[in-house]
Amino acid sequence: MTARGWSLTVPIVTVLFVAAPFVVPSWILFILHLALAKFLVVLAVALFLRGGLVSFGHALFYAVGAYTAGFAAKWFGVREALLLVPLAGLFGAAVAAVIGLFMARYRGVFFAMLNLAVSMILYAILLKFYWLTGGTDGLRVQTPTLLGFVPPRDLIRLTSYYVALVVAGIMTYVVYRFLASPLGYYLKALADNEIRIEYSGESVQRVIYATYVLSGALGGLGGVLAAFTVGHIVPEYAFWIQSGEFVFVALLGGYGSVPGPLIGAIAFEFIRTYANKYAPYAWQMTLGIIMLLIILLQPGGLWAMYESMVARFSRRAEGVERA
Amino acid sequence: MPEPNPILQTIDLTKSFGMVKAAAAINVHIARGELVGIVGANGSGKTTFLNLITGYLKPDRGRILIMGQESTGLPPRRVTKLGLARSFQIPQLYIGLSVLENVLLALAAQAGKSTACWRPLYRGQWLEHGTVVLERFGLQAYARRPVAELPEGGRKLLDIALSFALQPQLLLMDEPTSGVSIEDKFQVMDTLVNVLQQSAVTTIFVEHDMDVVQRYSQSVLVFNDGQVIADGPPASVLAYPEVRKAVLGQE
Repeated sequence: MTARGWSLTVPIVTVLFVAAPFVVPSWILFILHLALAKFLVVLAVALFLRGGLVSFGHALFYAVGAYTAGFAAKWFGVREALLLVPLAGLFGAAVAAVIGLFMARYRGVFFAMLNLAVSMILYAILLKFYWLTGGTDGLRVQTPTLLGFVPPRDLIRLTSYYVALVVAGIMTYVVYRFLASPLGYYLKALADNEIRIEYSGESVQRVIYATYVLSGALGGLGGVLAAFTVGHIVPEYAFWIQSGEFVFVALLGGYGSVPGPLIGAIAFEFIRTYANKYAPYAWQMTLGIIMLLIILLQPGGLWAMYESMVARFSRRAEGVERA
Repeated sequence: MPEPNPILQTIDLTKSFGMVKAAAAINVHIARGELVGIVGANGSGKTTFLNLITGYLKPDRGRILIMGQESTGLPPRRVTKLGLARSFQIPQLYIGLSVLENVLLALAAQAGKSTACWRPLYRGQWLEHGTVVLERFGLQAYARRPVAELPEGGRKLLDIALSFALQPQLLLMDEPTSGVSIEDKFQVMDTLVNVLQQSAVTTIFVEHDMDVVQRYSQSVLVFNDGQVIADGPPASVLAYPEVRKAVLGQE
């Protein structure tokens, strides 16, 4: 997209998100909030897809973020959003900093499956240590406070949504800067040529490691935001199907850009909601068919579809001007 | 009499692949500022020598000194940091990025900012420098185009430009004209030698084409069966009957 295109799209999308609570019903706001939370984890998965790596275990960080909120409330009675959000991001990054030490050594199927394996270890821990984690019952996440104030009952959803919107906005900017930086380009270059990276004096492992830590932070933030809106967390947050969903959404929206995962996350939540409503026994099949169509017809995902539509539209507009 | 402070020195460098001795106790001294050609028949150990020097392969025995510093057994990225860069027989490029972005990444690495994750890659000084590098290699017309659109000769030049952008003390080029058409060969070499002479970087290049070696190199190393069988100025070395036999198969 051109610079002019971006300068139009970003303010319009921002206004739409800010105005949404006053326009859409409460249940759509819930979907949007959940989509914003998942968008951050999808963004993390998309980073690796850009580098030619696929992770089937990023639900691990999603769960770390969500359980940060759960444990903080259960043990310390902390429910302050401005404390829990950075804490979840920090824990996500810290866990990634430890796991990343050996994950950065692997590529291809080993990277994908090792991520899955580690996430399943966490799943098992969350499931078995009932006294600590609540097991299959999970943990309740209390309504977060904002600067110590408990929002009035009518405004709980609204407050929580705006917290998610601000966090998603900040992290979108962070990832945008990351992708435009030398390290971001090295990540993309990783998919093309590791030999050249090493012969530039750079370490491929360092590129993967740094990205892994960032992706952990994103996962943690996504988890805590989801916990805020759902209000209850369960071990399934770390389950491999959840990880697969993040990969699915990254492909659906397109992982070549920052907006792709956002569009993907929103589209996925709506598709799932409607497919569940109108075809409750075939919603997974509906998702499968959509994925198949995307891969066959538009491998760049929904964002690429949008971009090609805009390009066609502006070409036509130019043609009209010239005529 | 060997140069007292060679930029590259190998001592009894040895590497075997099973029964095949690809490097058999190689001893070389390369002086600063030289343009050295390496010749030899297929399988004579030329590329193995390059791979050993640049850390891609680890020697079974022997030592490598780059500007007097031990580099034996170091991985490529550490060898690169000692001031050595290399290009490849098959260009090693970031095919998904533009030509300029390829160079910008090399400049970021050279500046030690490759893990910078906040300031953009497209920044003033690198853009200026990158444009200069591309101009020197005659690639400025392709700057914003994807690497995939470059012709083979252009890819070869870009591969070398990426090594050159690292501002090495010693540049190793593996067959810089392979895959380039006969008509373009001398043009590619003229461009390269022109750039190299301006920067005074010591260069070693592996080459099959005797005409290219004769015309451009200041001295030649002749490889045969993993050994250096002759070295010296190209005019005399390439005239030795044993060299012609080993390299060209001529009696």
